[in-house]
Amino acid sequence: MAAVMNEKTSEEIPGTTFFDGHQAMKGYALNKMCYSFNRAENREEFKRGEEAYCRKYGLNEDQIRAIRDRDVLGLIEAGGNIYYLAKFAGILGLSVQDVGAQQTGMSVEDFNAMLRKAGE
Amino acid sequence: MATIAGGITTSHIPAIGNAISQGLQGEPYWKPFFDGYPRVHEWLNVVRPDIAIVVYNDHGLNFFLDNVPTFAIGAAKEYRNEDEGWGLKTLPPFPGDPEFSWHLIESLVNDEFDIAMCQDMVVDHGFTVPMSLLWPDQSPLPVRTIPVEVNTVQHPIPTPARCFKLGKAIGRAIEAWPEDVKVVVIGTGGMSHQLDGTRAGFINKEFDLMCMEKIVTDPEQLAKLTIRDLVREAGAQGAEFILWLIMRGALTGKVSKLHSNYHIPISNTAAGLLLLENAA
Repeated sequence: MAAVMNEKTSEEIPGTTFFDGHQAMKGYALNKMCYSFNRAENREEFKRGEEAYCRKYGLNEDQIRAIRDRDVLGLIEAGGNIYYLAKFAGILGLSVQDVGAQQTGMSVEDFNAMLRKAGE
Repeated sequence: MATIAGGITTSHIPAIGNAISQGLQGEPYWKPFFDGYPRVHEWLNVVRPDIAIVVYNDHGLNFFLDNVPTFAIGAAKEYRNEDEGWGLKTLPPFPGDPEFSWHLIESLVNDEFDIAMCQDMVVDHGFTVPMSLLWPDQSPLPVRTIPVEVNTVQHPIPTPARCFKLGKAIGRAIEAWPEDVKVVVIGTGGMSHQLDGTRAGFINKEFDLMCMEKIVTDPEQLAKLTIRDLVREAGAQGAEFILWLIMRGALTGKVSKLHSNYHIPISNTAAGLLLLENAA
C-alpha cells in the first residue's frame, strides 16, 4: 500500500494506452463510427459496405486498414477507445476474451487459463 | 428525515446480464458469483429501501466524446436501457424520482460540485446489471432509482479524492431531504480488469482484497491513491473503483460490513460484492 502511494505517478504502465485528450482527438471519427453501432440499422449498413461506412464517418487510412484487418491494437493506436471498439467487436461476434487473446498474442484457451490462474 | 440504510458495491460486467437472461446462474462458471447475492437480497427484503442512488459509468451509450460530463445525474421519471450494440435484452423501464433528483442536484451544486443535469438519459449495463443482480425478476423495481454517472471513459477522470468527497456531499444531501425515506447507495463496477492493450487480462487479487478491506475500515487511505495508481494496480478499467469510493463517502454513520464476495474471473474481470450497513 505504502509502496503504491510513494511511486512516481508519471511512470509508463506497460501495455496500456491512456485514452486522454490526445488519443480522443486522434480517434474521434473512429469512435464516432463505433458509437453509431449502438443502433441496429447502422450495424446493418456497416455490414452491407464496410469501407463506404468508414468513409462516411471520415476515418483516415490507418483507421480503415485497422477496421478491415480487425486489428485491435492498431485501432487503439489509431485513437480507438476500448468501450467504443467493443461495439465493433460485437458486430464481429467477438467476446472480450477473443479481443484479449488477439491483443496478447495468445490462444483464447490460454487467455482464459491466465484469467482463471489470477484467481488462485 | 431521510436515512441512509447502507451501501452496496457490485461489479457490473455485461456478461452477467446475458447469464441472467439465459438462466445460467447455477452453471459451474457462474455459481460462485451468483451465490454471493442471496444474503444481499435478504437484507434488502428486511430494509426495503425507497430510493437507490446508483453510481455507475456510461460506456458509450448515453454519452459520446462530443460531450463528456465528469459527473451527471438523472432527473427523469424513468430510465430505459438499449441493446448497446450487442443485442442486449431491453428491460422494463427503471422508475426514477425527479423530486429527489433535483434536491440532490441542488444540494451538490450548492456544495460546489458541478453536475450535468439529465432529464432524458438511457442507462447501460453499468446501471442495469446491478439492478438485475440486486432485485432479480422484480418488475416494476421496488425502489426509485437515481442514476449518478461518472466519467471513467476519457482521461482526465475524476480523482479518488474528489470522488470520495462527492460521496460525502451525497450523504449530506440525503440527510437533508425532509421526507421519511430510506436510501441505499450503490457503487458499481470494478474490480481489477483491463480490456485493452497488450496488458489485457490483467487482474490483481492482492490489490482488490486490500481495497475491499480498506474501503470499510480506512477509505481515506484509498482516497489518496491517484488514477494512475489505480490503472497500474487494478488495470485500465479497474479505475472504476472510484465509483465504490463515492458510495463509501456517502455512508455518514457507523459503517460495518455485513457480507462480501469476491470471485475471479467473470469475463475478464475480478468480481467484487460488498454489503455495508450504515448505523446512526
